[in-house]
Amino acid sequence: MNQGDRMTQHPLAKYLRSERMPHIWCEGCGNGVLLSSFLTALDELKVDLDKIVVVSGIGCIGRAAGYVNVDSFHTTHGRAIAFATGVKLANPDLQVVVISGDGDLFAIGGNHFIHAARRNIDIKVICANNFNYGMTGGQYGPTTPLEAWTTTTPYGNIEHPFNLVHLAAASGAVYVARWTTLHVRRLKDSIKKSLQKEGFSFIEVISPCPTIFDRYNKRGTAVEVMKWFRLISNVKHGYDPARTEITNNQIIVGEFVDVERPSYGRLLREMTKRVQEKLKEEKAK
Amino acid sequence: MKSRAVLTGTHFLSGDLACAEGAIAAGCRFFGGYPITPATEISERMSRRLVEVGGVYIQMEDEIGSLAAVIGASYTGKKAMTATSGPGFSLMQENIGLAVMTEAPLVIVNIMRGGPSTGQPTMPSQQDVMQAKWGSHGDYEIIALAPSSVQEMFDLTIDCFNLAESYRVPVMLLADEIIGHMSERVKIPPPEEITIIDRKKPKVPPNEYRPFKPDDDLVPPMGCFGEGYRFHATGLTHDEKGAPKTVSVEEQTKLVRRLCDKIRKNTHKIVRVQEVMLEDAEVAVLAYGIASRAALSAVRKARKEGIKAGLLRLITIWPFPTELVAKMADHVTAIVVPEMNYGQLVREVERAAKTTPVSLLSKLGEEPHRPSEIITAMRRALQ
Amino acid sequence: MVLPKKLWRTPLDTEKISLPKAEITIQPDLCKGCDFCIEFCPRKVLEKSDQLNKRGIYPPKVADESKCTICGFCTAICPDFAIFITEKKCKEGCEDEK
Repeated sequence: MNQGDRMTQHPLAKYLRSERMPHIWCEGCGNGVLLSSFLTALDELKVDLDKIVVVSGIGCIGRAAGYVNVDSFHTTHGRAIAFATGVKLANPDLQVVVISGDGDLFAIGGNHFIHAARRNIDIKVICANNFNYGMTGGQYGPTTPLEAWTTTTPYGNIEHPFNLVHLAAASGAVYVARWTTLHVRRLKDSIKKSLQKEGFSFIEVISPCPTIFDRYNKRGTAVEVMKWFRLISNVKHGYDPARTEITNNQIIVGEFVDVERPSYGRLLREMTKRVQEKLKEEKAK
Repeated sequence: MKSRAVLTGTHFLSGDLACAEGAIAAGCRFFGGYPITPATEISERMSRRLVEVGGVYIQMEDEIGSLAAVIGASYTGKKAMTATSGPGFSLMQENIGLAVMTEAPLVIVNIMRGGPSTGQPTMPSQQDVMQAKWGSHGDYEIIALAPSSVQEMFDLTIDCFNLAESYRVPVMLLADEIIGHMSERVKIPPPEEITIIDRKKPKVPPNEYRPFKPDDDLVPPMGCFGEGYRFHATGLTHDEKGAPKTVSVEEQTKLVRRLCDKIRKNTHKIVRVQEVMLEDAEVAVLAYGIASRAALSAVRKARKEGIKAGLLRLITIWPFPTELVAKMADHVTAIVVPEMNYGQLVREVERAAKTTPVSLLSKLGEEPHRPSEIITAMRRALQ
Repeated sequence: MVLPKKLWRTPLDTEKISLPKAEITIQPDLCKGCDFCIEFCPRKVLEKSDQLNKRGIYPPKVADESKCTICGFCTAICPDFAIFITEKKCKEGCEDEK
């Protein structure tokens, strides 16, 4: 009996491509927790698995799309959101979720992120933020803290990181939340909320990277990093996104933005209807 | 009642507009693009027409996003396209690789302008011909058509969609600024006279579906998002189920070869050329796109002056019709290749022609070849 | 039913209601040894076993199943889908029924 067979007993088994389990992620990696949270959200919402598409980018978390038992696509680096835009606009009946990493979404993919948020494309973006580029061995990225050690900042990082929550809110996302992989239940609830809300939603998930980032920066084992999350996380719903910078002493988590704004797809459909009705009138004359 | 999708009738349109109308007539209902001279008019026309026919136009933030969105739309079953010129085409190269690897049917229109880099945005060229074939990394094959008139901008765009759907491959329409911006008469037939080919759909139930398992023609049937197939597609090397196979020698060999053979082994079905007075020709002119207009005129004039000239006009430039050109080369003394670049497709001609002398007539910049220049080149070639 | 050792108030429905019993399933070969479940279980139901799995890892084992309240946190926090809790199905006349 291979490992996949044993997998099929798990209550979430129907949401997984069991033959591909166990997944490639390291022990203690937050990606598995994120995936589990996501699947639990799908389960509780009884999502129609034929009508949801998961799109991922390049990176460790990029492998997530391959593990979910739904239509899925693994794009080129940074282009998951652009691809997802095409899918959602071409078939608005589909729920489109982008699961990707901090580098894929905010370095190479930064431009696509801010425009999709600005346009309010109805896609749900879940970002696994482990503060470095894990897949390629631990280089720094746009969320790497100042002074951190990575393989391309051997003397310490001299770049200021993004505050992803602030960036998402400023770009126009209608739902913005941040949780750590310790806050599994609240993360799952945020995912559920975003799936039921029209518009561009962004959930940042602070993740341990025990094999690489946490090891390089002497943060300890995965358990120690999770305990540290517990120690310094502070739930502050509705807090001003501009002041949610992650520091060594505090990670502010919670739901920061939850507003209503018509999505691009909705405006497009309304405009199309108007134009076509006008054309019909003109033809009738 | 006249259908808004197909504007049946006779029109006086520019090449760009004819291309947009061809796309709509072919069933294109998604356009993701970014404005760039000299292809902007295609975007502008699509932004208006797609709303009229209930399609989707989105102007993405750059060409990279444009092609990514087009691939996404293609995967939902929609016929999708984008239009650009040199600089945008360069940006799209990585995602062209993704489209090839995930076998996404789509059309990319490149209205070629003076390059390299920003070059001469408002001037014609044929300088992206090699890039269309080799621009992305890795071994792959694509299909590229070269229109030489505004009517062909309409007709060949429809052919591009049909080829894309038949072979699940990105198909490029390589025009140039002159054909894109000039206006000529276009006859648009009624919809029932337009042949539309759609991608093959799977014949098996979802649990038996293998997204990358080919039929005998090496092309897999395509299930789309939302139809219950729940498949995975990735730019990584993959097996028939779409699962990443990043270590296996066998899977890499199998996949890369099939993606190439899909086109290579079907070249004879894909290639289209126009032969004019080649049966007894001593000197052949091999031309495509804008250069072929002057070439046709040159060949006719040359015949009147006693030169046994003939024209082989390539409508399909990729896959290159090597066999056809080799056969022609056996029967002629010399081949002249007029191109609006510094020597690109001429290399393929040299390769195919082997010992028959091939000469390049290169032109760069605003002015296309004059028939007199081609005739002079023919005389020189025959000496 | 397991009642706490010292009761200063007896629940009125003690006769009718029985606490659900946990069925803890651990799939040792799927475990990668992150120890999240052991560490974050609020009742310390799990501990590290001394049996190596196929990966050369010591997976968790159940220390005291009776302490489990089926909160499901181990199931939720496990990155590898290697542990899950279900409610033990109890038939009529089961030992733990009153």
